[in-house]
Amino acid sequence: MSAALETRGLCKSFGALTVAADINFRLETGARHALIGPNGAGKTTFVNMLTGVLPPSSGRIVLGGEDITAMGQANRVKRGLGRTFQINALFRRLSVLDNVALAVAERRGVAPRMLRAASRHADVRAESMELLATLGLAEDAGVRILDLPYGKQRLVEIAIALGLKPRVLLLDEPAAGVPSLESHRILQVLDRLPEHIAILIIEHDMDLVFRFAQRITVLVQGEVLVEGTPDEIGKDKRVHQVYLGEQHHV
Amino acid sequence: MSTHAGGYSADPRVRWIEFLPWIVAVAAFFALPEYLSLGARILIYVLYALSLDLIVGYAGIITLGHSAYFGLGAYVAGILAAKAGFHDPFVQLAAAGAAGALLGISTGAIILRTRALTLLMLTLAITSVLMEVANKATALTGGADGLSGVVVAPILGLFKFDIFGKTAYLYCLLVLLLGWWLVRKMIYSPFGTSLRGVRENSLRMHAIGAPVYWRLVLVYTLSATIAGVAGGLITQTNQFVGLNVLSFESAGELLVMLILGGVGRIYGAFVGPVVYLIAQDLLAKQFPEYWYFGIGTMLVLVVMFARGGILGILDGTLAKLRRKP
Repeated sequence: MSAALETRGLCKSFGALTVAADINFRLETGARHALIGPNGAGKTTFVNMLTGVLPPSSGRIVLGGEDITAMGQANRVKRGLGRTFQINALFRRLSVLDNVALAVAERRGVAPRMLRAASRHADVRAESMELLATLGLAEDAGVRILDLPYGKQRLVEIAIALGLKPRVLLLDEPAAGVPSLESHRILQVLDRLPEHIAILIIEHDMDLVFRFAQRITVLVQGEVLVEGTPDEIGKDKRVHQVYLGEQHHV
Repeated sequence: MSTHAGGYSADPRVRWIEFLPWIVAVAAFFALPEYLSLGARILIYVLYALSLDLIVGYAGIITLGHSAYFGLGAYVAGILAAKAGFHDPFVQLAAAGAAGALLGISTGAIILRTRALTLLMLTLAITSVLMEVANKATALTGGADGLSGVVVAPILGLFKFDIFGKTAYLYCLLVLLLGWWLVRKMIYSPFGTSLRGVRENSLRMHAIGAPVYWRLVLVYTLSATIAGVAGGLITQTNQFVGLNVLSFESAGELLVMLILGGVGRIYGAFVGPVVYLIAQDLLAKQFPEYWYFGIGTMLVLVVMFARGGILGILDGTLAKLRRKP
């Protein structure tokens, strides 16, 4: 059975600097997988290659059995690859509802329409509101992102990605910048995400990683150091040396 | 007169205050018959500014070369009327719009691959190149002397363009009404919302699968079409085309009008040209040598103290009044 997402020998170099070296990675359907590694390990570069922001120097990316290596971002999204950003990438002067509706409309093919008012597309509106309700954001639908607390902005990040109904969701540090007291809310949301979505989370918050992920891949200097269950990773001495130090949680 | 931002929760129905510009325009027709020529010019510039607002205010495309499309429309209408024997005003206008569209799609497809300062310089280059072409192609355009002998047949064979500008005024008003209706419809549509998405965060629009480049090319072409029509109108009402329609100054002046009225508000494109052209008319009569000083002062004040333009000031004042118990 083909994986939801797979990379084969993925490499990326900027001149003499290699930021990704022969990454073979497999994300199973419905998986809860974490990608961790110290700063500069190449995690975001890896996500950028997966989503088509950066072309790999060599190697292949396969989504649901289809080679998407040469595909543009838009086509990858259409095939079910969604992502969130480490630093909020929201439509700041638009309302929370419009932020999500933009993604829903794009997925439904409504976005290029010019003759009927956006608010008359009740299906887009209803689906967006439903999504906001599941994330506890329904009351903020009319609030502009500029006026929204940061923790809720992180939830809107996830809501936009969910509006695309992805088969594979890449979450780039969903709890980044969120005070630890509020990060439990992000975790609650992640726990409630539909089971069929394969999720790859990149996160520095080890509490969140070890509570959420069923498998963990450790990336160091652009190479996969080790992959395993949270238990295996927690006990791995190499991981302790390069990354976790004494702070690991099992 | 709050911002017309559209979106999935915006009521697209025309509000009572949106009838105001049209009531004023019709009232001006009856109350100020001696100013109808200036009035027609203002209406044309409103249409021209609307086309600019679509790309600058809603799609976030910064340009200093919108006069290329306006000027091309003006010359196409003029050449058809003066050289090719096409005197029907609607044919001239359709050709002006089509020329604007063609230039819009061909230049937009190239320049919209760039951003920021590069984009700004390329827009400037396009209008400069076109102006030089018009300057050299004297057989067609009349060069620096301009293109005269523009003949426009009566509208529908019934309404002749008169020297008082009555027909021209009403004709421009009707074309503007159509242009406004189209632009407003677009802004309230899902397409309009997606343009605002591109303006706010093109990176995220890519990440939700939007074909950002093609959306920009499309709106740029539509805007160029409207600018071309506005150019056609200026030829028909002046019955003359001068090189200035293609000048960088004309594009800059239009941007100033839009900033003055308020960018990204639809009606900023109405208020800006009205204030600018009336101020220009009055100041030029009072201070023929220094009139630009007054315009400059007005712009500096708006940029420093009212970033949302005149409509921004109105919005702010209304919001304060509403907050007071």
